[in-house]
Amino acid sequence: MIDKQQLKEFVLRLGDDSLVLGHRLSQWSSNGPFLEEDLALTNVALDYVGRARMFYGYTAEIAADGSTEDSYAYNRDCRDFTNLLIHELPRGDFAFTMARQYLVDEFNLAYMERLKLSRDKTLAAIAEKAYKEDLYHLRRSTSWILRLGDGTTESHDRLQNAIDDLWGYTTELFEMDELDQEMSKANVGVDVASLQPEWIRQVTATLSKATLTVPADDWVVTGGRKGIHTEALGHMLSDMQFLQRAYPGQQW
Amino acid sequence: MKLYEVFIRSRRGLDHKHTGSLHAENPQQALEYARDIYTRRSEGISIWVVNSSDIVASQESDCESFYDPHDDKPYRHAAHYQLPDEVNNM
Repeated sequence: MIDKQQLKEFVLRLGDDSLVLGHRLSQWSSNGPFLEEDLALTNVALDYVGRARMFYGYTAEIAADGSTEDSYAYNRDCRDFTNLLIHELPRGDFAFTMARQYLVDEFNLAYMERLKLSRDKTLAAIAEKAYKEDLYHLRRSTSWILRLGDGTTESHDRLQNAIDDLWGYTTELFEMDELDQEMSKANVGVDVASLQPEWIRQVTATLSKATLTVPADDWVVTGGRKGIHTEALGHMLSDMQFLQRAYPGQQW
Repeated sequence: MKLYEVFIRSRRGLDHKHTGSLHAENPQQALEYARDIYTRRSEGISIWVVNSSDIVASQESDCESFYDPHDDKPYRHAAHYQLPDEVNNM
């Protein structure tokens, strides 16, 4: 049996994943490689920020302590964030952004497909919406992987470098700590470890088609779920949270 | 990149209408960008994209020979017909 505190912590993790990735994507807004892609990428960013609002809103509802979606986004420090590390890495060049997006999209689509079956009705409803968004995200990111990987020497090399730099962060996607196991056992969460073989199969197929090499598993970094982050998150938060820190409670 | 013209059908029963244009690498990408640029506020249920260079357009210089001869043929206009209210979207 899971208690309120466990459910809150679990939902908060999903909110952190969505917000941090959404914010990273939003850093392309008005800086995209060309207008059409700028708008498309910003749409994806908005999907994630919207998702973060739903998860944070639900977290606040469970907590019932006067917290709001904004307090989770703006009034917590690095160590309180429990997002997976892959989401917080700086946006890098366009190849890096699309490489991360593709790896994460493959994971998220499978994840949301399972979360739709959650016994928790709110999580199932959020997953229903997120799944549809992810179908489109994956379609976009897959075509970019193929275009850049099988493109020019420079686009191929940049994308291969990005995949190499990201690979050690993908193991964490499939890690199950005690909370994940409890949530999965209660049919509320997802058994992420079971998603790994299919993810590897899909990613390998796409990378091969894009003339890219699947990196060796020779390094792994984890810690996000425990609040142990890369140095990148603090810088991101200092920017993202500036306004609420300088003018607490400020509204639109 | 190539230029594409975008046509959107706002709902069933209506025609696709020209909504704008965009740049894309290929038709598939053009379709996806059209979705992102022109349908994000639920403007449509169907999208067509067409290579702009595939459109054959009349020219300003054609006006005289194309349209002026119709000016003195008012009997071709349906201006005096009363349209029943039930007929929408004409």
